[in-house]
Amino acid sequence: MKLHLKIWRQKNRKAQGQLVNYTLENVNPHMSFLEMLDTLNEQLIVNKEEPVEFDHDCREGICGQCGVVINGNAHGPLENTTTCQLHMREFKDGETVLIEPFRAKGFPVKKDLKVDRSAFDRIISAGGYVSVNTGQAPEANTIPVSHETAEAAFDSAACIGCGACVATCKNGSAALFTSAKITQLAILPQSQEERKERALKMIAQMDAEDFGHCSNTEACEVECPQGISVLNIARMNYEYNRASFLKFKK
Amino acid sequence: MKLDAKIPQGPLEEKWFNYKKTARLVNPANRKKLDVIVVGTGLAGSSLAASLGEMGYNVKAFCFQDTPRRAHSVAAQGGVNAAKNYKNDGDSVYRMFVDTLKGGDFRAREANVYRLAECSLNLIDQAVAQGVPFGREYGGYLNNRSFGGVQVSRTFYARGQTGQQLLLGTYQALMRQVDKKTVQLFSSHEMLDIVTIDGKARGVVVRNLETGEIEKHSAHAVVLATGGFGKIYYLSTLAMGCNGSAIWRAHKKGAYFASPSWTQIHPTSLPQSGDYQSKLTLMSESLRNDGRIWVPKKADDTREANDIPEEERDYYLERRYPAFGNLAPRDISSRAAKERIDAGHGVGPLKNAVYLDFSKAIKEQGQPKIAEKYGNLFRMYEKITGINAYKEPMKISPAAHFSMGGLWVDYELMTTIPGLFALGEANFADHGANRLGANSLLQASVDGYFIAPYTIANYLADQIRVGKISTDHPEFDKVIKENQDKIDQLLNIKGDKSVDYYHKKLGKLLYDYCGLARTAEGLTFAIEEIKKLRDEFYKNVYVPGENDTMNAELEKAGRVADYLEIGVLMCYDALTRNESCGAHFREEFQTEEGEAERNDNEFQYISAWEWPGSLDKEPILNKEELKFEFVQPTIRSYK
Amino acid sequence: MNTLSRKIVMAATGLFLCFFLLIHCLGNMQLFMEPEHARLSFNAYSHFLTGNPLVKMVSYVLYASIIGHAIYALIITSKNKASGGTYKKDNRGRASKWYSRNMGVLGTVVLIFIVLHFQNFWYVYKFGQIGLDANGNKDLYAVVVAAFQELWLVVVYVIAMIALCYHLVHGITSGVRTLGLFHPKFVRWVNIVGVAYSVIICAGFAAMPIFIYITNLNN
Repeated sequence: MKLHLKIWRQKNRKAQGQLVNYTLENVNPHMSFLEMLDTLNEQLIVNKEEPVEFDHDCREGICGQCGVVINGNAHGPLENTTTCQLHMREFKDGETVLIEPFRAKGFPVKKDLKVDRSAFDRIISAGGYVSVNTGQAPEANTIPVSHETAEAAFDSAACIGCGACVATCKNGSAALFTSAKITQLAILPQSQEERKERALKMIAQMDAEDFGHCSNTEACEVECPQGISVLNIARMNYEYNRASFLKFKK
Repeated sequence: MKLDAKIPQGPLEEKWFNYKKTARLVNPANRKKLDVIVVGTGLAGSSLAASLGEMGYNVKAFCFQDTPRRAHSVAAQGGVNAAKNYKNDGDSVYRMFVDTLKGGDFRAREANVYRLAECSLNLIDQAVAQGVPFGREYGGYLNNRSFGGVQVSRTFYARGQTGQQLLLGTYQALMRQVDKKTVQLFSSHEMLDIVTIDGKARGVVVRNLETGEIEKHSAHAVVLATGGFGKIYYLSTLAMGCNGSAIWRAHKKGAYFASPSWTQIHPTSLPQSGDYQSKLTLMSESLRNDGRIWVPKKADDTREANDIPEEERDYYLERRYPAFGNLAPRDISSRAAKERIDAGHGVGPLKNAVYLDFSKAIKEQGQPKIAEKYGNLFRMYEKITGINAYKEPMKISPAAHFSMGGLWVDYELMTTIPGLFALGEANFADHGANRLGANSLLQASVDGYFIAPYTIANYLADQIRVGKISTDHPEFDKVIKENQDKIDQLLNIKGDKSVDYYHKKLGKLLYDYCGLARTAEGLTFAIEEIKKLRDEFYKNVYVPGENDTMNAELEKAGRVADYLEIGVLMCYDALTRNESCGAHFREEFQTEEGEAERNDNEFQYISAWEWPGSLDKEPILNKEELKFEFVQPTIRSYK
Repeated sequence: MNTLSRKIVMAATGLFLCFFLLIHCLGNMQLFMEPEHARLSFNAYSHFLTGNPLVKMVSYVLYASIIGHAIYALIITSKNKASGGTYKKDNRGRASKWYSRNMGVLGTVVLIFIVLHFQNFWYVYKFGQIGLDANGNKDLYAVVVAAFQELWLVVVYVIAMIALCYHLVHGITSGVRTLGLFHPKFVRWVNIVGVAYSVIICAGFAAMPIFIYITNLNN
């Protein structure tokens, strides 16, 4: 296969970026999308050009590090798939493929296709945890958790933190990411103690990071590699209302 | 140097208890005056940093990823072992200890392994309390599945994403401490070197991967929880960024490196399909609970899997190891697969795979049940290969997966450099010559949550008198200069081959000569070849770009430069161990049936390698004799 | 105020307006009666609405809701525009419904329509030259019938109702979830009811000018 690539190149956070054209021959349809980029970089290195920087690590769809916008879709044409799990068989010979970084105010571009997603870390550190110190835990079977509850909590907990939800949201909203963690911990009996404070603090941090509002367009669920349900967002709204209503202290 | 593992006195069951009883403590008011550096934020690193932060120490945590949640612990699929005996099937700490010791082919310390099994109980409690959504039975109690090499169900799981869920639990605990400012987090920072002053680990030098700036950080103790180096084979199940650089550079500063050649080759990964391939995706071992492994009886059979009748299929694991069948341990399963593939029975376009077949399980349990257990794995398989595994068998093949070897540590997880600790996969301690499935998540977590917080406190107890360690010490600047020079050297070679070119060549050499099967002749050859490759690397590699921006090629170049040195040590290690044990299979040492032949009389020791001071010299072998007081080593039979 | 509370204002005002539409639509159903009956009944109804102090209060809430809904829409949209990314090639639309992404545009159409609608009837009723019917009530019915003799106005009303319908289809499901309804079963019902509600109400409103235009074609 032969591909015409248009790739966003940007030297650093402050620099102006631009799309640069490349042509890549001998693309194997069984390659993953990232292996195609490897091949391009190999070609650039041999020609003494600077290779394209892109985020990637585990290459099996779980670490959440990879993520680019391919032809206008976060993680490319397949729904619910990370960039590393996307294979070149999804593209046509001679196709023009446009590759851009995830874009949102909360995700500044670091270089080329790499973006800064540390806002997610700060949202978690604002309250996305259970305050249990090492050694304090009671015997695991003390509190039963129904099969359905455990499965529902897992569905929310499965988020890989890639940020495709933000990238695909026209508002650059981090509602899906934030709500998935709030929901997971709101469901489980082990994490009830801080339920109200957690919701309020995480939402406050989400706003402090300059993410937009959720318009419930539901695009995030479609592009989410783990298919995290938008109903998590509704649950977050519920938790927020509940917490605001029940909060008596300052 | 005489290696002292510092194993506490007393009966097996009381050793850890006795240690904790007498270990020194640090007064809570003094803890904030003590700095600890933790490098790596996977399960081991995050859990330790969080635990130390909770206790009140001043912690700095470093990771090269953009956030701790990406550390490769995230990718472990199947589960985590714990001897809870919730299934009432005869499990106990003792049985888990024996299984692990036997699984490791009696090449691990009894006391360490026992402690691992003992602490497994607390880990499940801790994880559940953190909100890890483990699989549950309908009554609400925790469920288990079984894994290779054992005859009980002791594996706790969160669908096929157990590692992710455990890591997120520790990551959240870590971020909680970051918020409380007890832990300072430095993501996108790669450790370049440790700094030793008067023989003690006193800090690290790190490179900010975004700006290229080299920074110095001092501490009273330094902990390496930097994972395994299986990526040295290039094609492996590991993440692209996994590397051995941190432990290798510590090794060159004086830490002994134990059993570097013991690399677990995982039997169920997806086979290689072409030269462009960058990694081999792992399919969880849990699939072997219901999948049956086979190859065609006829060599070079070109028929489709479904066209081969039952009587012409060779279920070789069930045939050779009837007691454990498809759940034989990883080293044995991988070797059996290699034996069949080498004999010409391999399947797939490159004839490098075997079948993993679910048709019987689907017939017996129905497709929905199989989908509930493994749905995400079947989906992943289809995404990658385009094949529906409910309709035809999966094709799988062995791939480099886990480093049993790593920095030598004593019972306190301290390396031979005082004040330098190694946790998780970065150390060598608990798995012997072969790791059992679902024990790696366990070891990493247990090291970080329940062991190192005690042993590091024991070390730090008298460090309070040292006072704050200044980064103005000339040693810091000396180390920075060495590393800056090395970076400049790599950038200035300006040859015409990419870093990956050398990495792939090295990986192939190691897989062929220091992989599933080794020979003295092959290893000697590989040592020479790797040395030649290393010389060529320093003459002809091209590292593009500059130091002061993000530069993934420069990062890779540094790692591959280290791999080219580690590779040689791996071969020396394999060459000097004239026996077969666990993952280490020397063709010269096998029974008539082709099983590994261990030699307890001569090799019942851990090889701990000492840096000889320069690459021109041969590495120096130190031995830690293994004593088995409580379990007598037996021939490891899974028949 | 944070993003969630702003959205709550949008949802609360929006859902209140939805409820108002139902009342408005039911009341206006009188237009479908036989003309002379309709005249007296509709005019009496209009008189009641303007005279009753309780209704007056509700009407102020209504005006406030419309203004609040519009102002918050502006605030939220401008923040969203600043937060969201733009791409050289944008195919993100494949993952969502066009009307869910264009609530602002639909809302603007509806707002312009509301201004027109007020000018057509509310303004005339309050300040315009208007006759009395047999019962002595202001003859708003005549104003309505006269207005919908104009084909262009009928077309504008119908177009506005189509816009309103899409605005409601998304607005109701979105608003209910913003208020925190998360259970999948109830969410599914709300989706179905919301679509039915939007279509029925907007079809009812659109039918009024069409009905009057057609029944008066011969005059």
